[in-house]
Formats: sequence, C-alpha cells, structure tokens
Amino acid sequence: MDLNLTPNITDPDGFYARLIAAHEGLSDEESAALNARLILVLANQIGNAEILEKALAAAQMRKS
Amino acid sequence: MLDDRYSLAFKLYPYERSADQDAAQPVRHPVVVVGGGPIGIATALDLGQQGIPVLVLDDHEGIGMGSRAICFAKRTLEIADRYGCGTPMVEKGVVWNLGKVFHEDRQIYDFNLLPEAGHKYPAFINLQQPYFERFMVERVRELQATGTPIEIRGKNRLDAIEVKDDHVVLDIMTPEGPYRIEADWLIGCDGASSPLRGMLGLDFEGRVFQDSFLIADIRMHNDDFPTERWFWFEPTHGAGASTLLHKQPDDVWRVDFQIGWNVDRKEEMKEANIRRRLDAFLGEGLGYDIVWSSIYTFQCRRMKQFRHGRILFAGDSAHQVSPFGARGANSGIQDVDNLGWKLGLVLKGQAPESLMDSYDVERCFAADENILNSSRSTDFITPKSKISHTFRNAVLQLAEKHAFARPLVNSGRLSLPCVYDNGPLNGEDALPEAPARTRPGAPCPDAPLADGFLLDRLGGDFVLLTVDADAPEHLDVGGIALRRVKLSVNDDTTGALAERYLGGATSAVLLIRPDQHVAARWAAFDESAVRRAVGHACGKE
Repeated sequence: MDLNLTPNITDPDGFYARLIAAHEGLSDEESAALNARLILVLANQIGNAEILEKALAAAQMRKS
Repeated sequence: MLDDRYSLAFKLYPYERSADQDAAQPVRHPVVVVGGGPIGIATALDLGQQGIPVLVLDDHEGIGMGSRAICFAKRTLEIADRYGCGTPMVEKGVVWNLGKVFHEDRQIYDFNLLPEAGHKYPAFINLQQPYFERFMVERVRELQATGTPIEIRGKNRLDAIEVKDDHVVLDIMTPEGPYRIEADWLIGCDGASSPLRGMLGLDFEGRVFQDSFLIADIRMHNDDFPTERWFWFEPTHGAGASTLLHKQPDDVWRVDFQIGWNVDRKEEMKEANIRRRLDAFLGEGLGYDIVWSSIYTFQCRRMKQFRHGRILFAGDSAHQVSPFGARGANSGIQDVDNLGWKLGLVLKGQAPESLMDSYDVERCFAADENILNSSRSTDFITPKSKISHTFRNAVLQLAEKHAFARPLVNSGRLSLPCVYDNGPLNGEDALPEAPARTRPGAPCPDAPLADGFLLDRLGGDFVLLTVDADAPEHLDVGGIALRRVKLSVNDDTTGALAERYLGGATSAVLLIRPDQHVAARWAAFDESAVRRAVGHACGKE
C-alpha cells in the first residue's frame, strides 16, 4: 500500500492553528509528550505496518 | 497648529476657503467623511455617484509618501471599475502569478496562482498606494466636472465632535482658524490610529504581535529580477528572519525584512544600516536607490461595533490586520462597497435606518475572517514558541520533498472577498443544484459574455439576473427600481456563466444587491418571492 503524500488535510490552516494551539502553555517536555501521544493515536488510525514504515521513512527524510 | 504629520507624494487638494467658514449658522451636510485616504475617497465616489452630496475632510493637502499597501486584489479592482477608475490601476500595476518559497537558501517549491480564466480583472496587481489613491482622486475630479456632488477639503482637521440624536456637530480647524458644520451621517476613514475613534472613547482591542519588519523599496539599477513573489524563511544572509521580495511598477522592488521585536528603530532606519541588510541579501555590488523605507509593527484587532448611531467606521479605523495576505486596504474597499448602497437607500428614504446595522454585522464578520487569516499567516512566519518553530520548520522540510505539506506553508493567504453566510439580508436559496460559489451572501464572480463582462452589466443597483428564465424587464419594489439583466446560454461564449451560476440547474433567477453580492436565487421568476427578497435585502422586516 502507498503512503499518501499528496494534500489530503481538509482546511490545512485550521488544522495547523489547532495543532499549535494544543501546545500553548506547555513546557518542552509536555509538548514532546503531547506529540508522542498524538503520533501513537494517528498510527493506530493508520494501522497498516507497510504505510507506517513508509511514514517513518518520509519523516526521517530517507527513501523508503 | 496644523503641521503636516507626513510629507506628500501628490498634493491634490490644497486648502481653499469654503463658504461654510463664513456661514452665520453651521451648515448641515448629509454625509461627511473624515479622512481622504483610499477608503474615504472610495466612500465619496460611491455616494457621489448615487447623487448623494458628500464632503471629505482631510488634515493634509494630498496623498502621503510611501508605497505602503502594494497588493490590490481582484474584488478591489472590480469595485474601482464600478467607480470608473479600475482601468488606469491595471494599466499601471504589475500583474504576477508565480511565487517561490525558500527555506534557508534553498528554493523548496514554487507555485502559480493559476488565476481562473474569464474575469475582466486579474487576481492581483502590485501598485504603490499613492498611485491607487491618485487614480481615485482623479476620478473624483472628472465626476465633479460633470456635477457629481463630491467635495474634498484639504487642511481641514476634525478637532471635536458633539453627538446628537440624529446628527453630529463637527469642530474643524483650518489654516485660517476654526469653523463648525453639522452632518446627518459621519463616516470615519481616518486610519488605524483614528482620532475620531479616540474622541468618542471607543474600544479597539486585539492582539499585538511582538515583531517588527523593515520595508525598503528600492529601484534597481539593473533590473533583471523576474516579476515573481519570492519569500524566504530563515535566509542565511541573516538580514532578516524572513524576507519578502515583490515587484512594483517603476522598477521598484519591495523588500521586507523581519527584524525582531527589540530593535532600535532610529538606528535601523539609518541608510547605512538599511544598505547593510540589503547588501547581505542581494549580494555586494548590486546598484540600487532606496525609494522609501519604514519600520512597522502590527496588531490584529477590531472595534466591537462599526456603527455607533449616525457614525460609521470603515477601513483601518475599524479593523487592523497584519500585512500578510493584503487584507488591509482590500478589506477597507469592501467595507465601502457594503456601506455605500445601504447609506444611499437610507438617505433617499428607500430603506429604514436600521439597514445600517447590517453593515456592522456583515463587515464585522468579514473583519473576523481577515483577522483569523492574517493572524495564522503571522504565526507561521514568526513562530512565537519553540514548539511552534519546530512544527513550522518540519512543514518547510517536508514541503521540499512532498506536496502534502505545501498547503500548510503559510506566507500569506491572499485576500478574497467575504461570503456573508447567514447574513441578515440573505434571502432564500431555492436553487440547490446551482454552485455554492454563487449562494446568497456570495460576491458575484465575473464571467465573459458575447459582448463584454458580466460585472459590467450588473453595475451598482439592484438587479434581477436571469439565465434562460422569464421575468419582467422592470419591477418597482417600494420605490426601488429593479433592473433585469437577461442572459441566455447563447451569451455564454466560454461556459463560465453556466459553470458559475447554473451548475446542475437549467435556469436561474438571481437577485443581486448593488454591491454585486447575491441576495437570493430561484429556478424561475416568482413576483411575490422577489418582492419579499428585495424588501428583506433592504432591511424592511
């Protein structure tokens, strides 16, 4: 299965603003922890191991 | 006593003594506009062309120096076209479509605005504000010559105001001393630091952004930069945390450096220091003259209400945004577009005074949309926390490789006219198969016809637009003459009309407001429905 790397987020500006707002007032540790939890929640939504591996590769800026 | 606060680019309305200064009793005017900037002059053009006498007061004798607003959007040009001065703006302006985004020094992607075809006006032009204003004042002069009741009084400063139930009393200072007039309606177009707002003790709350930007407008000796918008995030030349390069007419380029919050303005404004930044950015040895420079900070804020009885605020005096997205001057012109016809109807006795409340509702809604968009752009360009900066740079890194991240890159969302969804004047939407872009509340998109453009046909009064539908040529609704614009698929040379107004429908009847926003739409003409919608659009219920 392919990782979707074309635009797919509805209302990108709204999502981005919501994401930054979620971190407002958090310490660095708290922000890192929020990000970790968010990644795990999103990974569960994706589920598929092949796609998750490709997502890891994209984030690491390497070829999958 | 009446010293200039700034120097002039064009001296267009020198002080002249008015008969009002020698009148025994204060002379009453139907409409007085405070401030002769782009919004004040547009207000005069709108009302004057409706035959309503309008007096503009300005504490200077012409247009201030400095390019300031440089991006004028399609909707602004369409409105200027209705006032009769859109053509010279486009002829002078620079049209651009291509943008490039850089991170550090690498180009991460480019984009084409790909403007939709079939519009009389381009998506945007770049034009120095003094030209924009001059074309409007020149249009005022043309209209005055044919008897349009517009008057501009230079070096007339509003010093005090007394608010009565149905008028205001204005104390005005001139080089020859003070005098007093009265106005049934007063429009405040006196800018972000509005003295009028101060005199009335009105609020102007919002968010301060802790950053400053240095603008340098330069004329290149060797003009080999393309007509594109280039935006750098974190360029390594270090002259700014972000930098924007944009072309204007006369071989002038706008360079905009983000220079941080704690800066010594006086030191930064020295030519040697500006040149140091420019040389770091452009590379040594490039010849240029500095045409204008300025340091600005900004806030995103608005008044709680734009209407205070017989006093209305428009433009920067009512709302202020960051410059990203060109939503300052453009939204002010849309304020005028909204205000003009409503005040015209009220003054002619064709609509109740309460119609002016809809100006407040619709334009506050628009201001909130503009503030939201420009705040988001600012937050992306100047991240205010470590995590915000981390996300911003992650977006930029991914955008270089993957298209999905590009819609998240936000260096300004260019101004589009507001759709007044759920607006108080909207009538029924009885044409569900038609496109959402022409739903009630939406501004009419232009479309090419066999002999010109649709918006030219709509003009500035109430129109019943019919596409392959029957309707009477004229309909009088409570003194308002409804004019029919009759179109058929045969007029639709490109298919744009059907695409924008019909969608899945085979016929359409649209009630269009004088500001060219859709009020209601149906599949066929129904006289009682149309009468109801016109009444509703005039605030009669």
